[in-house]
Amino acid sequence: MPIRRRVEMPKLPVEERMRSFKEVALGLTEEQAVQEAERCLQCPHHPCTSGCPVGIDIPKFIKMIAERNFREAYRIIKEKNAIPAITGRVCPQEVQCEMKCTLARMGEPIAIGALERFVADWAIREGIVEEEIVKEDSNGMNVAVVGSGPAGITVAADLAKLGYDVTVFEALHKPGGVLVYGIPEFRLPKRIVELEINYLKRLGVEIKTNIIIGRTYTIEELLKEKFDAVFIGTGAGMPKFLNIPGENLVNIYTANEFLTRINLMKAYLFPEYDTPIKVGRRVGVIGGGNVAMDAARTALRLGAEEVYIIYRRTEREMPARRDEVINAKEEGVKFQLLTQPVKFIGDENEILRGIQCIKMKLGEPDATGRRRPIPIPGSEFNFEVDTAIVAIGCHVNPLIQRTTPQLKTNKWGCIIVDDWGRTSMKRVYAGGDVALGEATVIQAMGTGRKASTAIHQDLKKK
Amino acid sequence: MMCRKFEILEKRTLAPKIKEIVLYAPEIARKVRAGQFIIVRVEEKGERIPLTVADWNRNKGTLTIVFQEIGVSTYKLGKLDIGDRLTDIAGPLGNPSKIENYGRVICIGGGVGIAAIYPIARELKKMNNYVISIIGARSRELLIYEDEMRKVSDELKITTDDGSKGRKGFVSDELRDMLAKGVKVDRVIAVGPAIMMKVCADVTRPYGIKTIASLNPIMVCGMGMCAACRVEVGGKTRFVCFEGPEFDAHEVNFTELMKRLNAYREEEKIALEKYLKKIGEVKPNAN
Ligand SMILES: Cc1cc2nc3c(=O)[nH]c(=O)nc-3n(C[C@H](O)[C@H](O)[C@H](O)COP(=O)(O)OP(=O)(O)OC[C@H]3O[C@@H](n4cnc5c(N)ncnc54)[C@H](O)[C@@H]3O)c2cc1C
Ligand SMILES: Cc1cc2nc3c(=O)[nH]c(=O)nc-3n(C[C@H](O)[C@H](O)[C@H](O)COP(=O)(O)OP(=O)(O)OC[C@H]3O[C@@H](n4cnc5c(N)ncnc54)[C@H](O)[C@@H]3O)c2cc1C
Ligand code: SF4
Ligand code: SF4
Ligand code: FES
Repeated sequence: MPIRRRVEMPKLPVEERMRSFKEVALGLTEEQAVQEAERCLQCPHHPCTSGCPVGIDIPKFIKMIAERNFREAYRIIKEKNAIPAITGRVCPQEVQCEMKCTLARMGEPIAIGALERFVADWAIREGIVEEEIVKEDSNGMNVAVVGSGPAGITVAADLAKLGYDVTVFEALHKPGGVLVYGIPEFRLPKRIVELEINYLKRLGVEIKTNIIIGRTYTIEELLKEKFDAVFIGTGAGMPKFLNIPGENLVNIYTANEFLTRINLMKAYLFPEYDTPIKVGRRVGVIGGGNVAMDAARTALRLGAEEVYIIYRRTEREMPARRDEVINAKEEGVKFQLLTQPVKFIGDENEILRGIQCIKMKLGEPDATGRRRPIPIPGSEFNFEVDTAIVAIGCHVNPLIQRTTPQLKTNKWGCIIVDDWGRTSMKRVYAGGDVALGEATVIQAMGTGRKASTAIHQDLKKK
Repeated sequence: MMCRKFEILEKRTLAPKIKEIVLYAPEIARKVRAGQFIIVRVEEKGERIPLTVADWNRNKGTLTIVFQEIGVSTYKLGKLDIGDRLTDIAGPLGNPSKIENYGRVICIGGGVGIAAIYPIARELKKMNNYVISIIGARSRELLIYEDEMRKVSDELKITTDDGSKGRKGFVSDELRDMLAKGVKVDRVIAVGPAIMMKVCADVTRPYGIKTIASLNPIMVCGMGMCAACRVEVGGKTRFVCFEGPEFDAHEVNFTELMKRLNAYREEEKIALEKYLKKIGEVKPNAN
């Protein structure tokens, strides 16, 4: 059988993208999905599955698509993954499932993410997502979930289905974690996140927003006052800085602030909404991950004339999803590679005017396996920008750790857990970015799934 | 009485454009301590704005906040009436003030900052400190919380910019004279406009008196996630919402704080004008 080409996902034309926050990747049509599914070799050892952090039976659901049994395909995916409409869109498939696909060696792996998304979107359209509520009777035990990102959502859903009374505590006024305040609408429509949150509510999960654990209640209070177990999924949301002069000049944002103002506070609708945002004419985004791409593409949509990704390695080493790098380029984001900022330059009013940078070259591979960037002496140059967005990563949110001294953390501040999410404190579990350091949506879910399994086991024994 | 979450139970006008409201927020009231703040959203399209908790009643589950109408969000808040509800209140945020027996403490409040220094002075008094309070406003009609402050202070000094009440001048002038006269002081705490805190810090610096300022940068999240509130303290970038709001005033880069507070000046003006037009009010006088 000749190997057919991978079906490419249709995308919104660039001109249309730039005028709105409409979703860019449009999803496969039914015909395209079936056509792509038929390419799957149904490998007996299904290497693809080993590349999926939650171990979805990939060949099986793909087979169902090929047979147009979408309902069954959906059921198979949902066995392992509670939020396929989200992961199908944001998983870095090229380093997970698709990397392991047999066909990847020939250059064109099965579009597993696109197929997963197709099935999930189909289920939403058909209203199947609305129907399926299967839940055990209440067992009278209470579990607190702290943080409503993908890790918290997974634990809450799992345990609610098993009959626990689950309360989710979220510090912000809206649940969803990074899915809501970080990842922009054009990549992950908020209605899809809302669907998942509504699903939780229909499972009987109580979601309490505006509650900051560590301040409004401590972990110990939760354990003492009501809850049999606590899961901490507070994420890695504390921005890192370059620690170079001038980082607090006006018009330097962290990506978190920039994206939160826009996604959560709707600053792009200012002054209809009260929260303002400043996007200059020339914007420099520092970093090479998903967060940097999101910030850069958002800045373009908000009217910046030129947006640069300033990254110290080359495109090959960029940790962003490949699709998003391609999208960013199509939209006109420019790449200033092998470049490292050394100083922000301001005017007499402390307003940003430019970034002094130095050129880099690649040396030997470092601990992450990527080639280490080395500054080239004497290559400093000034890069003119009026807005800078720092997107070089985050530390884990430290509030709970600092107000719960019994909770052991490692040198990066991550909560130390065993393979099943158990922390050093009895009845306290953790997962997602707060335990992993910055990871991915599906990894956060994977650790959430393990923690919910452990919680169920441990509480059953009680 | 059944109160609804985030409902306004009482409201008073303390001075032109300065209002006090009492809110029902029992989960926060049970926990809040002097020096902490909340973040509120007045309505669905509103900003998240930080406001200090001026007082609380744990039994009734209420918080008292005092605010000055200076922009869209505070104007909208001021428009709400008893029985109305705020969309969101999160807290208590920030670290509580460090209350110990220091000896003789000067508590300084400027403008609406008087309401913020009030619970701190009160707690310091409870810890048997000798509390000297200096409170100031632009003019006598803008001076708030005088009676409250008198009750919790061993000595109360008042200044007004125009001399319409108390001493003519700034709170920092009073402080300067006191120190020059040789009053022995163990600690100074200042809450008010950034410039006031800066000048107070400059006054105490030569004397080596430990001086604390409660910083008020622009905030978004209030929980250490966005870094909007960052300011340089002791040469390092610190997050005010999460590591503060109180810092050693001698180490704070106030110039930076003031510049950052002005980051959205144009946008704030547009938003306020649009809002005032909508509700049919004219441009506010610049207080
Ligand atoms: C802009 C951006 C783009 C990204 N793009 C991708 C992508 O394309 N693909 C991908 O796989 N991953 C992506 N990621 C990473 C991914 O979003 C995270 O790995 C994932 O969201 C982590 O999930 P979590 O549940 O651990 O935490 P989070 O999603 O961070 O959620 C934590 C929640 O806890 C709340 N919280 C924090 N502290 C407290 C407290 N003390 N009390 C109560 N609540 C608290 C927070 O407000 C937040 O809502 C991206 C991240 C960002 C920022
Ligand atoms: C920890 C903390 C506690 C605070 N407590 C109180 C309080 O108890 N009572 C009170 O009235 N205000 C308090 N503030 C200030 C209050 O948050 C601002 O007045 C409010 O955000 C202004 O919003 P606005 O939309 O009404 O005005 P905007 O239109 O946003 O601002 C109008 C003007 O006010 C200045 N401004 C903006 N934000 C602040 C700020 N955070 N502090 C000082 N000036 C600002 C701007 O420079 C601008 O010129 C506090 C701030 C912080 C950080
Ligand atoms: S969840 Fe992510 S990694 Fe797993 S199969 Fe789906 S797209 Fe691939
Ligand atoms: S490895 Fe690729 S081709 Fe083989 S079963 Fe998995 S998806 Fe199909
Ligand atoms: S206000 Fe967001 S980090 Fe302080």
